[in-house]
Amino acid sequence: MMKESSELSVKPIKCRNLWHVYPGGFTALKETFLEISAGEVVGIVGQNGSGKTTLVKHFNGLLKPSSGAVLINGIDTAEESVFNLSRHAGYVFQNPNHQLFATSVLSELQFGPKNLGLPEDEILARVEETTELFQLHAIIDDHPLRLSFPLRKIVAIASIHAMHPSILILDEPTTGQDHNGAAMVRKLIQQLRSEGKTVVLVSHDMALIAEVADRVVAMWAAEVIDSGTPREIFSNSTTLKKTMLQPPQATQLSQRLHGRVLPQITLTVDETIDALAQVADT
Amino acid sequence: MTAEIISIEGLTYQYALTDKPALLDINLSVDRGEYLAIVGPCGAGKTTLALSMNGIVPHMMMGEMRGRVLVDGRDTTQGPVREMARTVGMVFDNPEFQLSQSSVLSEMALGLENIGVPREDMLQRITEALEIVGLSGFEERSPMALSGGQQQRLAIGAALVMYPQVLVLDEPTSNLDPIGKEEVFSVAARLNEEHEITIVIVEHEVEVVASYADRVIIMDGGSIVSSGGPSAVFTDVDNLRRVGVRPPQVTEIASGLAKRGCTLTTIPVTLDEAEAEFSDWA
Repeated sequence: MMKESSELSVKPIKCRNLWHVYPGGFTALKETFLEISAGEVVGIVGQNGSGKTTLVKHFNGLLKPSSGAVLINGIDTAEESVFNLSRHAGYVFQNPNHQLFATSVLSELQFGPKNLGLPEDEILARVEETTELFQLHAIIDDHPLRLSFPLRKIVAIASIHAMHPSILILDEPTTGQDHNGAAMVRKLIQQLRSEGKTVVLVSHDMALIAEVADRVVAMWAAEVIDSGTPREIFSNSTTLKKTMLQPPQATQLSQRLHGRVLPQITLTVDETIDALAQVADT
Repeated sequence: MTAEIISIEGLTYQYALTDKPALLDINLSVDRGEYLAIVGPCGAGKTTLALSMNGIVPHMMMGEMRGRVLVDGRDTTQGPVREMARTVGMVFDNPEFQLSQSSVLSEMALGLENIGVPREDMLQRITEALEIVGLSGFEERSPMALSGGQQQRLAIGAALVMYPQVLVLDEPTSNLDPIGKEEVFSVAARLNEEHEITIVIVEHEVEVVASYADRVIIMDGGSIVSSGGPSAVFTDVDNLRRVGVRPPQVTEIASGLAKRGCTLTTIPVTLDEAEAEFSDWA
């Protein structure tokens, strides 16, 4: 008990036998035990209705457990307001239109820090830092709703980042993105990782998960049914069959060639190129 | 009967209050029975082009049009959208925007009522269309109680009862989970193969496009920058990169290997082709 409360061993996210039953009796989440470590990038995968969004909405208190407990940086979410929890865990919605409401990108970025009651110079510093990190100089005075969808989504992530939460929850960050937008999101997640942020990624984009996630949590019918590295999950035919998820095409190719041509399962395009080049050399 | 079902000649379109055209001198013929995919970055003009195929552009938009669009020989500016909609059915990315009725049955009946089809014919057409999209038995369900994939299949079904010759699908799976995506793609493929319905699909998922489409056009900045079979279009990796379109992962892998000096007999664009190419590398 003593050890658990010390600063170092507090896990950013801890679910202890978490259940969620919606009014009307639908059980959206059952018997969930999950721990996420500081600096981890975790992908939550599963079909719609499997409980992914219900799970992550507990991480900033948007939903409270029906039973069990969720601890965010050691704080029991049942006893804390969404506002206070949002200092710890920032939630970026799937649809940026549900989140953006200011009349310029600049005021969108200022909004969170202002609400936290930060002093003027700190607000300024955060806006500057965020503008730099997300490369928003060229659009800083634009109206968010006049931006293209991919950029709007980047602004939505940036405005949450400006609040400096140690945990970021990204709900389908690459949905509706084109190739360049998706590449931008991928780079951002890598950057957040290098800053030591804990990132929770809800996504159907298996190529994204394969590339950026340290760990994949697979859900099916309101339960976490598997958790492991992307390589473990994408090689586990039982999990794939049960969740009806398809690994990225590069991984599928390596699975088809595994044992005959390739000695291992690969996750990304670059890794597959390396593996096949090695085969060609020998 | 001509080979083309849709013929677009010198089409330039500029939305009101914008400073450059969304479409710039587009020339495109779509053959009867063809499966055509439109790919390109956000803002390339893909949706505008799709909307021009049944007259929504220009009839229901504010803007200026030059050139002409012929649907089954008829100029789209010469008749109302509801007339064109009998030939060209449309399915959009967000099913919630196009489903408005309280039951699947009334959703399916809406278009037929509007064109005055007798009741007994209506029921027969609806039964037939629900069968094709796999929603038989769902007649009394509320569209809002369906999964995303079912909603999109309903939207396709509602277009099918009109006996269209062409189905235009604008990113029909961007809001769906992997199961839903698969459902929609396989229904579209079946309509094309078994019912000879011409398919025009705007789609980001190049892996899917490569395995279903007869022809792919790449758009950028309001123009068609490349057009041909999936093999021809997707193996031109440098061109794709310039436009901001990702090639299928297997194509990226093969072209990466070719750049490293490996000898390949073909550059694959589908998983099956890639498996065949690399199988004898052992």
